[in-house]
Amino acid sequence: MLPPMPVLPLVLVRMAEPSTQRRLVLVLLLAPALLWLLALIILPHLDLALLSFRERAGEGEHKASLVQYGTFFSEPLYWQVFVRTAVMSAAATALTLLVAFPIAWVITKVARGRASSTLFILCLIPFWVSETVRSLGWLILLRESGVLPAMMVKLGITAMPVELLYHDATILVGLVYTSLLFMVVPLVSSLESLDDTLVEAAYDLGASGASILRHIVIPHAVPGITAGCIVVFMLTLGNYLTPNLLGGKNSQWFTELIYTQFIVRFNWEQGAAFGFLLLGLSTAMIALGLRLSGQRFVDVMRRA
Amino acid sequence: MIASLPRPAWLRTATALYVAAFLIFLFMPLLTVAVFAFNDAPYPAPPWHGFTLDWFFGNEESGRVGLFHDTELLGSIWTSVVVSLWVTVLSLAVGTANAFLMERYTFPGKQLLSVLILTPLVIPGVILGISILSLSSRIADVMDSMLGLELEFLRPGLPLVVLGQFAYVATIATLIVSARLKRFDRTLEEAALNLGASHAAVLRTITFPYLRPALIGAAAISFLMSFENFNTTLMLVGADPPLTVMMYGRMREGASPVLNAVSLFLMLASAALALSLMRGSSKK
Repeated sequence: MLPPMPVLPLVLVRMAEPSTQRRLVLVLLLAPALLWLLALIILPHLDLALLSFRERAGEGEHKASLVQYGTFFSEPLYWQVFVRTAVMSAAATALTLLVAFPIAWVITKVARGRASSTLFILCLIPFWVSETVRSLGWLILLRESGVLPAMMVKLGITAMPVELLYHDATILVGLVYTSLLFMVVPLVSSLESLDDTLVEAAYDLGASGASILRHIVIPHAVPGITAGCIVVFMLTLGNYLTPNLLGGKNSQWFTELIYTQFIVRFNWEQGAAFGFLLLGLSTAMIALGLRLSGQRFVDVMRRA
Repeated sequence: MIASLPRPAWLRTATALYVAAFLIFLFMPLLTVAVFAFNDAPYPAPPWHGFTLDWFFGNEESGRVGLFHDTELLGSIWTSVVVSLWVTVLSLAVGTANAFLMERYTFPGKQLLSVLILTPLVIPGVILGISILSLSSRIADVMDSMLGLELEFLRPGLPLVVLGQFAYVATIATLIVSARLKRFDRTLEEAALNLGASHAAVLRTITFPYLRPALIGAAAISFLMSFENFNTTLMLVGADPPLTVMMYGRMREGASPVLNAVSLFLMLASAALALSLMRGSSKK
């Protein structure tokens, strides 16, 4: 609703606050943002960086060194866990995309009206409950004395209850489960804007399902796919609870190494270096994802 | 294929089966947790031994300490509530200020700030936790050695947990409030100002009522994010753990059905929160 043209200049004059007052408000609004980002994000990370580039040289003495990063590369266990965490996270991200895409498609294009919104809400519900609770559910379902092994015995699939916990596959299932929401939501929002008539036109012109998917649907959904994959990969990489509880001693997740160095061994220098390596990997993957899909960080994060 | 196009029977069946399997996958863990909160056995495992409410109401005499007599667990719920309230208040205040800053003002460095505001979302929670732990410990050490001041709140404990969670929840609050403020029709404010209203009156009678749903939504999401946070909290926690950390500790010792009871309680609380939010937003 625009005001009638002649009034406009008058409105603008009336609108303009005195510039000193406006500047004061700007400063007042800037202060909390700067304080928050400086005190809780920027300075802590600078401090962590400093911490990772030093080593203990006697009681209360420190000197600059690269030894923390050196240890990471010279100790096979450390970098192997790092690589393993990255590969498992990538696998979990790909699996989440495969599981979530058909559901997002059904929500936006197949189901209509009430059915569609109900299905969408059903997808969101589990994520209102804490990850701890969801992991507890998987523990009760999967452990040797749990529900699924008992069912498998009853159905005659196995003679004795088998341990379903502590496998890599278990960790993947748990990770896909906790990540679904962060994939379904951006996929739904990008598929929603796909015009049905494009698909209809392609169909009328004789395109097969596979070629419609490849040439119309996926190119259109790229922003949603990127946003979902970036968020899921990052959350998976930084997850601690799910790999730790579902994988037990076999989980070998990098965040566990960070926890051990910081909280158990009290070797903060080493833990800080590990933290930076994880942050570096996470940032690199995000940059790569943005580059491959040609998008801007700000837009992707808004979408997610 | 989309609804308006012919779909062969096998595709319809496959779709229905997939959706059914997906929903089972989604709800099986939650249902299992809920069901075993009522099993009359000391471990949350099959077989079913009959229905009991011991895991909610049992006390020392019955030999089973239920949720409502488990002071440690109840204490940790209370700790979580207090922490979450602090995080919600801080995040809402900073988030709203940020929204006005980014939607209404131009200033040098705005581009950079808009990226910085989003960064907390891409920092893994564990790293956010250790970075804040490292800085606050350094400050505390310096204060201790130079001034002889022992600043307890900079050591692992609830104040640090609040700060750590607030560090990233503030971003989420900012995004929610900004999204609504962006869609605001500013001619409404102009009209009010034209009619002689003061800036404060415009803010109070027009802008804030319009933002209300977003503020309520942001508050609910902030509370939930904080209540459920585990990664950052684990790194900053001191002697009195919030609920998620307490549950994690107990799960590692071996689960007792009390955990199922508290989980069911959490599910109901979340469901109530979600329903009241949806009610509120559908009225608008």
